[in-house]
Amino acid sequence: MLEIKNLVVQIEDKRILNGLNLTVSKGEIAAIMGPNGSGKSTLSYVIAGKEDYEILDGEILLDGQNLLEMEPDQRAAAGVFLAFQYPLEIPGVGTMTFLKAALNAQRKARGDDELSTPDFIKQVNAAAAKLEMPKDMLKRALNVGFSGGEKKRMEILQMALLQPSFCILDETDSGLDIDALRIVSEGVNSLRSPDRSFLVITHYQRLLNHIVPDTVHVMHGGRIVRTGGKELALELEANGYADYREEEAA
Amino acid sequence: MADVTLMKTPAETALAQAFESAKTTLPGNAESRAQAFEQFNLRGLPHRRVEEFKYTDLRALLREIAPFAGVPTADETKVALQGSKAFSNVAALQVPFVNGHFVREAVDFHNLPEGIELVPLREALADGHEWLAHLSPVPWASDNPVYQLNTSFMADGVMIRVAGSVETPVHLRFVTAAASAVATATRVLVVVEEGSSFTLIESHESTDGANHQPNDVVEMLVGDRTNVQHVRQNAEGDRTLALSTLALKIGSEAVFNSINVVTGAATSRHQVYAILNGENTNLRVNGATMLKGTQHGDSTLVVEHNALHCESRELFKTVVDDEATGVFQGKIIVPHHAQKTDGRMMSAALLLGENAAMNNKPELEIFADDVQCAHGATCGQLDEDLLFYLMARGLPKKEAESLLVQAFLGEAIEFVENESAREALVGTVESWLKART
Amino acid sequence: MPAVQETIDQVRSIDVDQYKYGFETEVEMEKAPKGLSEDVIRFISARKAEPEWMLQWRLDAYKRWLTMKEPTWARVSYDKIDYNDIYYYAAPKKNPAPKSLDEVDPEILKTYEKLGIPLREQEILAGVEPQSRVAVDAVFDSVSVATTFKEELKKAGVIFMPISEAIREYPDLVRQYLGSVVPVTDNFFATLNSAVFTDGSFVYVPPGVRCPMELSTYFRINEKNTGQFERTLIIADKGSYVSYLEGCTAPKRDENQLHAAVVELIALDDAEIKYSTVQNWYPGDAEGRGGIYNFVTKRGDCRGRNSVITWTQVETGSAITWKYPSCILRGDNSRGEFYSIAVSNGMQQVDSGTKMIHLGKNTTSRIISKGIAAGKSDNTYRGLVSAHRKATGARNFTNCDSLLIGNQCGAHTVPYIESKNASAVFEHEATTSKISEDQMFYCQQRGLSEEEATALIVNGFVKDVLQQLPMEFAVEAQKLISISLEGSVG
Repeated sequence: MLEIKNLVVQIEDKRILNGLNLTVSKGEIAAIMGPNGSGKSTLSYVIAGKEDYEILDGEILLDGQNLLEMEPDQRAAAGVFLAFQYPLEIPGVGTMTFLKAALNAQRKARGDDELSTPDFIKQVNAAAAKLEMPKDMLKRALNVGFSGGEKKRMEILQMALLQPSFCILDETDSGLDIDALRIVSEGVNSLRSPDRSFLVITHYQRLLNHIVPDTVHVMHGGRIVRTGGKELALELEANGYADYREEEAA
Repeated sequence: MADVTLMKTPAETALAQAFESAKTTLPGNAESRAQAFEQFNLRGLPHRRVEEFKYTDLRALLREIAPFAGVPTADETKVALQGSKAFSNVAALQVPFVNGHFVREAVDFHNLPEGIELVPLREALADGHEWLAHLSPVPWASDNPVYQLNTSFMADGVMIRVAGSVETPVHLRFVTAAASAVATATRVLVVVEEGSSFTLIESHESTDGANHQPNDVVEMLVGDRTNVQHVRQNAEGDRTLALSTLALKIGSEAVFNSINVVTGAATSRHQVYAILNGENTNLRVNGATMLKGTQHGDSTLVVEHNALHCESRELFKTVVDDEATGVFQGKIIVPHHAQKTDGRMMSAALLLGENAAMNNKPELEIFADDVQCAHGATCGQLDEDLLFYLMARGLPKKEAESLLVQAFLGEAIEFVENESAREALVGTVESWLKART
Repeated sequence: MPAVQETIDQVRSIDVDQYKYGFETEVEMEKAPKGLSEDVIRFISARKAEPEWMLQWRLDAYKRWLTMKEPTWARVSYDKIDYNDIYYYAAPKKNPAPKSLDEVDPEILKTYEKLGIPLREQEILAGVEPQSRVAVDAVFDSVSVATTFKEELKKAGVIFMPISEAIREYPDLVRQYLGSVVPVTDNFFATLNSAVFTDGSFVYVPPGVRCPMELSTYFRINEKNTGQFERTLIIADKGSYVSYLEGCTAPKRDENQLHAAVVELIALDDAEIKYSTVQNWYPGDAEGRGGIYNFVTKRGDCRGRNSVITWTQVETGSAITWKYPSCILRGDNSRGEFYSIAVSNGMQQVDSGTKMIHLGKNTTSRIISKGIAAGKSDNTYRGLVSAHRKATGARNFTNCDSLLIGNQCGAHTVPYIESKNASAVFEHEATTSKISEDQMFYCQQRGLSEEEATALIVNGFVKDVLQQLPMEFAVEAQKLISISLEGSVG
């Protein structure tokens, strides 16, 4: 379970998160919606441990462990997985090389043995097949020359492979056509389990038609301003975020 | 240092004699001139074993030194200026020089555009004007032998101070029209005060048929939050050996945009030495060079990023016809404190003539790790496929070539903001192409 | 894939002391008197039982050398070398010219064992698939101590032997080609080498023969105050092919040692030579004490039509590297390639690159250079691409990228691109950057530590070049790069 308490974050003197509180239980799918600039992506980066952000106050606990004291790789080993909005290209580094290095680094950190190469290849192939991923994608350098949709699929493939306990999907639907959205959503849905929580960050409701959340949070001005069930997403879709902007003006 | 013992060439001896006889009549501090000449004389004219002059061997090119030009008569001045055509379409404050001497009468000192102050250098040197302290803004340029010669012999020039937004461009019009070969040395200093903006135009013309030897230095001390547009044209005569230096020291958050367009001179070397001395400054230095016959055109450039977050773009285009030789030497220096530098330098050359030659030396010298620097250099002929495509659409070969060359040079010229100046330069390209046989 | 894992393990397991080849071997040595003189040259020539013409060649070089000045144009700085404070010849006392491995001093055999260089053919044959066999010439200070697979190569017509032996056994071949690519007067260090070279390899591949195995020379400097001056000459006759590998190590010492080699390659019509180097001389300690001065002249002559010469180098060692493996593209349609990885850390200084000199028609060249600077090191790429008047249709593509790790190192690019032929097409691109923070974060988010992520990204950066190396070397090179960068992160 993830608990965020009174999180205050700034970057270059600009306050982005303003006393944010959020709890995501085990097995829960929580969605965070909000207008552009409300701090959604910052939240995902801060949970994963990107540098550049100054944490002024608050804490983030994953199953009782204080994430803020950990390096990004330690957080990953503890179960945090961030599906990037813009996955990075790493020239010259083969996709399989990268996947194996990441998987084994995490297994090692958890005290597990390294995976044998045949087992590893079996796992990757199975996950790739589920995501209808062409085999040659795995032979190329990581994300280099991939289309937007291919990059997102690669993120979900990594999620399936690394078996994290807390997954953040940062605007995973951006840049996806309807088929890619279906494939990616099915990939995510197949990973739903009582032991795994999801934080789905999105601007639009359409992703939530495919990945149905248990709870929906509305984020604005660096904090959660409203929480409800999945119907809240529909309401936002109908009325937009205008209500929240007025609030700000008032 | 081994060269110290070398025999002086006749040209070097002539320079020493010229300095000896001129030093008493030249205005200003005799000591600093003597010092500059001594430094020059120690190494002599640079030759191909001096790395910076590897491709432009001045020892071999400067066999004879022309006499330094005297002050022209009123008639000579009139004729010379009548013959000058450069940027005639551009409305600007005219600051003319004939045979290296500032034409004082041409400037109405009481009606200068608002924000412009102008002081003749000859007088300033004689009275020890306070702006003289701003001379030589780029310390390491003083090691350059061409610059040292200018410091030794500079006889005239102007100092300009710019404060505020000045709409009217200032046009430095250099014309050398002496009947027989002369040498000139002019120096222009421009101080651009914080928050100012202005446009500086330079044209360099000389008569054909004489081995003129101009050596011009323009140096600028550019303040914070300024915007300077600089347009330079070399339309020197067919036997002129033209040496020139642009030295820049630029403050923070400034925008500086410079271009040098070359069609003239038998041999030319234009040196740009720039220091970006304040954060978030944006420098662009472009060049468009067209060479034919046996012309030799050298563009040399050193940009030192001396502060955080600066951006520099250098784009040099060279078209070489007949048996001409083009040279590009560019260097971006990033010391370790100039993090977040973004520097990109590109030199592209088109060889039109069978025996044309191009030498490219783009360098990066980098000590900071958080930077993005790149350089590129290409050298080749016109794209056969493009030529074919245009010809298949009905263009004769010559026209198709011209079109492609215009497009090629256009990429460097399009950054000129002053519309009339840009048109004039496009016109220069067109007439150069028309004159191709 | 396994290589990456190995790299990571290697990086992990290593502490401060990274140079694992720094041990010394106790062998009794015979040395020439210290310093350089005609007598010393006569001594070397006599020890090698050389014919008179060879001695004369050396003496001429020495006279010429006395009139020359050390070059200063490279971006390296070092205290003046006292050329009279060096031993120019050092050979194991016990049987300096062994006929078989059984005669070689066991201490020396142990040295090569420790370095992982197999010298016993039976052992090589027992363990490994036949196709990845490598014939080795092992050079220990001034002499070749063993050459493997000589007999088998001879059956294929390939001559592979120490050059000192070749001078005696194939004087006509040696005389015809020695100094024909790097003239005696070429440069200060090449001329010095011509006067005092001691050993090195000689390869001749006859017309139409594809050399049946990789050839390799392993250079080891062991003795104190000794310079190593090897000379390698490789001739690929018409239509032949040979791939040659070179490796080098030296013990750790506080004083600098000089290594001034000359390598000449000659490819005749339709012949191809691949020359790969993994250079791992002792780089000196963290303060810049000790280490090898690696001043090397390597040049290939694509003398014949359609000939190909490929240089691949992985440079991780040496205090100073001054090295420009070059190609003279004389034959029409010939091709030259240069692939380089130069890693510098600590106080190392690297000034390296290539020259591609296009003389023939339709000649092509390709340069891929990856420089990685860390610590307080300086890493310079210096290269020349030139097309002469008659080089119609010449083509060059150059890509040189530099990566800086840390804020106290320097990366420099100094290319010279000279075209005297309008139909020549040259393209050059260069970049300098650091490892992107975003890439690092992405890797760390997937669970890789900072060092693992750096190793991974650097390996990606150099991959284009590593792919050019034979398999066994590629793995070793990848390990070396990671080891060289150890301690540069964080």
